[in-house]
Amino acid sequence: MTDQTIQRIASDTPDVAPRFVRRVRGLSDRAITWLFIGPTLAILLAINIFPLIWTVYLSFTNYRANQPGREVKWVGTRNYERLLGSEDIWGYLQATAHFVVWTMVLQVLVGFGLALLINRNFRGASFWTTLILIPMMLSPAVVGTFWTYIYQPQTGIFSYIIDFFAGTGAIDMIGSVTLAPWAIIIVDTWMWAPYIMLLCLAGLRSIPDYLYEAAEIDRANALQKFWYITLPRVLPFLMLAVLFRGIENFKMFDMVVELTSGGPGSTTELASINLKREAFEKWRTGFSSAFAIILFVTVFGLGNIYVKALNKVKS
Amino acid sequence: MSIAANPGRTGARGRWFAGSAVALYALIAMIPLFWIFATGFKSPPDSIAYPPKVFFDPTLEGYVNLFTSRSRQTDEYIETLGPPKTWYEEIARSRNMVITGPSRFADRYWNSVVIGFGSTFLAVFLGTLAAYAFSRFKVPLKDDLLFFILSTRMMPPIAVAIPIFLMYRELGLSDTKAGMILLYTAVNLSLSVWLLKGFVDEIPREYEEAAVVDGYTRLQAFRKVVLPQMRAGIAATAIFCLIFAWNEYAFALLLTSGQAQTAPPFIPIIIGEGGLDWPAVAAGTTLFLLPVVVFTVLLRNQLLRGITFGAVRK
Amino acid sequence: MRILVTTALAAAVSAVSFSGANAQDKEITLCWAAWDPANALVELSKDFTAKTGIGMNFEFVPWTSFADRMLNELNSGGKLCDLMIGDSQWIGGGATYGHYVKLNDFFEKEGISMDDFLPATVNAYSTWPKGTPNYYALPAMGDALGWVYRKDWFERPEIQEAFKAEYGRDLAVPKNWTELREIAQFFQGREIDGKKVYGAAIYTERGSEGITMGVTAALYPWGFKYENTPGKYDMEGAVNSAEAVEALEFYKSMYETATPPGHSDAYMVANLDAYKSGQVAMQMNWFAFFPGIAKDETVGGDVSGFFANPPQNVEGSTLGGQGISVVSYSDKQEEALEYIKWFAQPDVQAKWWALGGYSCHVAVAGADDFAESTPFAGEFLKAMGSVKDFWQEPIYAELLQAMQKRVHDYVVADQGTAQEALDKLIEDWTISFEDDGKL
Repeated sequence: MTDQTIQRIASDTPDVAPRFVRRVRGLSDRAITWLFIGPTLAILLAINIFPLIWTVYLSFTNYRANQPGREVKWVGTRNYERLLGSEDIWGYLQATAHFVVWTMVLQVLVGFGLALLINRNFRGASFWTTLILIPMMLSPAVVGTFWTYIYQPQTGIFSYIIDFFAGTGAIDMIGSVTLAPWAIIIVDTWMWAPYIMLLCLAGLRSIPDYLYEAAEIDRANALQKFWYITLPRVLPFLMLAVLFRGIENFKMFDMVVELTSGGPGSTTELASINLKREAFEKWRTGFSSAFAIILFVTVFGLGNIYVKALNKVKS
Repeated sequence: MSIAANPGRTGARGRWFAGSAVALYALIAMIPLFWIFATGFKSPPDSIAYPPKVFFDPTLEGYVNLFTSRSRQTDEYIETLGPPKTWYEEIARSRNMVITGPSRFADRYWNSVVIGFGSTFLAVFLGTLAAYAFSRFKVPLKDDLLFFILSTRMMPPIAVAIPIFLMYRELGLSDTKAGMILLYTAVNLSLSVWLLKGFVDEIPREYEEAAVVDGYTRLQAFRKVVLPQMRAGIAATAIFCLIFAWNEYAFALLLTSGQAQTAPPFIPIIIGEGGLDWPAVAAGTTLFLLPVVVFTVLLRNQLLRGITFGAVRK
Repeated sequence: MRILVTTALAAAVSAVSFSGANAQDKEITLCWAAWDPANALVELSKDFTAKTGIGMNFEFVPWTSFADRMLNELNSGGKLCDLMIGDSQWIGGGATYGHYVKLNDFFEKEGISMDDFLPATVNAYSTWPKGTPNYYALPAMGDALGWVYRKDWFERPEIQEAFKAEYGRDLAVPKNWTELREIAQFFQGREIDGKKVYGAAIYTERGSEGITMGVTAALYPWGFKYENTPGKYDMEGAVNSAEAVEALEFYKSMYETATPPGHSDAYMVANLDAYKSGQVAMQMNWFAFFPGIAKDETVGGDVSGFFANPPQNVEGSTLGGQGISVVSYSDKQEEALEYIKWFAQPDVQAKWWALGGYSCHVAVAGADDFAESTPFAGEFLKAMGSVKDFWQEPIYAELLQAMQKRVHDYVVADQGTAQEALDKLIEDWTISFEDDGKL
């Protein structure tokens, strides 16, 4: 595992030598190219791009999906004005930001820590690593459902264990305004810290031994070795992990909706959860389309900024 | 003890400490899963006992409740039915219940299987072709196209669901397996193209060139030379796609109901008499998560590649 | 790889054949919420199948996702349900957006008269626009919000003494909300049979309609009105009247001082659980559950008593219940109408009530001995005499979501004041009505 490459979001494979290609019989390469890529592009255009354009259009109308007969009126930027002027929407975005920031902080700490430990190559490391990886592959909605059971203040195992060790009494993780945001952060960390761990591990294993040997000759202490050798080498991997997870958590819907359904009050009403309410419970299709576009632009923007930062770190 | 000891340079004590710490974390992380598994074998009263019961008499009631629908009857009525014919009827009778038929869980699970495999097959099939073309041929605006393919994955699913809902309603694809297969195929294509392109890139071109020199057409070379070499990569990609489709919730919740609903939106609403039937939910969860756990173990060496869209390779 | 492909193909093929095999004619699907009365309806419907040979399928969804899923189904023009027992508030949308078949001609042809059903239920469950003789449903299940209490605890001498010492009056069924809260607070944290018990389980659910149904049970007795002038949507001064503010504050104080710990997202089922497990002295719940409670293994018989929602300034109860409608997207409307025709018969209605469904038929609920037939029938009639419903506007879901948020934010999440919550609610509702062209 010494020769990893972090590809940038786009590829850098050199093309085939054209001279060689022309001599081939059968379909021309050009034909094969479009034959092979065509269906994929067609599906993505039909299921992703066309709907996106439609959403952009709807976001400027007062359309409601549950009132097919109603006249669809162009309302200009009213939906966007309402959204950006709404205190509630900012509240949901704040809840989302809180969730994203804290899950990333905790997962980086736990994931990096675990990776450092696993990197010591103790016996049975691969067995324990595999166990740790299991939660991240599970269905978030099903996990969320089951954690409501684990979090029950009276009958749940979580409250019981905490009470047993800390004597706190029954803890109502989901019902309490102060604890609920942490309830979802804990579950997400349980699921996804292994993700960060896996990438950090890849980073750690990419560090050649001789760097540490050289550092030892220079009498560098442990902290210096960590700071000057380990961290810079792992950082690109870590940032990649945070990029992927950050985007996923910004879109978070399934796990949290099953766990808290946004409550209590609106303390865990993440952007996607509210979007679902607006679009599929209130059926304000136009308004929610505008909301969707804002979310998409935000994800896309943050993602791009992040990729730039990532490249800077790399170079 | 250094914080960042590199492999092979840690002392025995440090290794022992690291091993115990990791094992401890793994064991704690397994508690929720163990708890799910155990609850599936509890009786409903045991499942809501206070304090929570770690030791209990195991019963298959949760599994019986998961797969059947039952109705409560009076003792007199039950007596008229005669003795229970099967072990599961006996379990139901012990709670004054009569089994009235199968529940919908098996249907939903089957839907998950059909939609999962169907979309995986399509996504991998199309992805293999596209990946090969992207890897080997000159494609105009290649980088932009690849970035576009990846960016489709950045859309929040609920945002995508709004126009898809409208579109499917017009086309009659709402609540159909075909509609869900198509949708999951589209979502999985980005993963499959990116992952598979990485695998194709790793196959030396010389093989195909040799084949072409031997008189193969380009397509034959692809089929007879490249495809066999991609086998492992295709299998890994397929499993990732399958797991995604298997776990997906938002689209399934919003676009399916009676016909094509998959297991994830169904499991949270398995209810017994007054209240969620936790043992049945746990039983359903266990059956639903088990294949994924098995796949994860099988796939452990390819995980890194899969979860980073092929950006990080071994 | 080959195995994978084969499996995928096999799966795809069987998927096709599955959908093909579904076209059985003589079978219709009825959609409702998953709760006790639904089981009774399954039982009742066996007679229908026996009589007509039409098989019955049922699609029951838990209450907390019922509206969400079923309205989604209707809005996507789905053919899942042939018959829909939809909530009372859906009637506006069902009629306006064409989800439900208009039943006037059918009623006329079959000689079904709406005069045979309690007027309050016809108005609430069947008509749109309200009060006009345009019928989109047959009243199927009468329901209102009521209360269940632990009669056995109320009757214990030592508990009665303790109550009298504290409040200077006898422990009895509360005559108003003030007494209700006192009793709940009295039980809160008390030790009974060596177990700590709590006051009352009230609705606090956030996701669907729970806390709104609970809060309105307090608002209506305080004299709450949605509009100053009916039909004018003039909410300022009505929705946020001094009485409304007081009622909302009162409900919050109930939540804070007289409910079990962790009761922050509770609807019907959570209340039932809390009550049946002996955690609470009282629970708020729909009358629909009372037959089940009266027959329950642990809390049935003499253990439980029932009372209608107590008054405060006026009498008032929150309306529940549903009418049964034919879905306009169904291919089997004939069979579905057949079911309604059968269901409307007095003897079927009588059996419906006997099985635990609340018949709205005058031959049943209007009979002289109805009030005495069960411990809760009298209270049910009393409650139905003063019921009010939430908005039944076509955009009701939007109005409901706004209220869910505002009152949950205030009552459970403790944000802002009652006045602010109701003021904001008027803002939300005003926008909704403006968008809908009503204002």
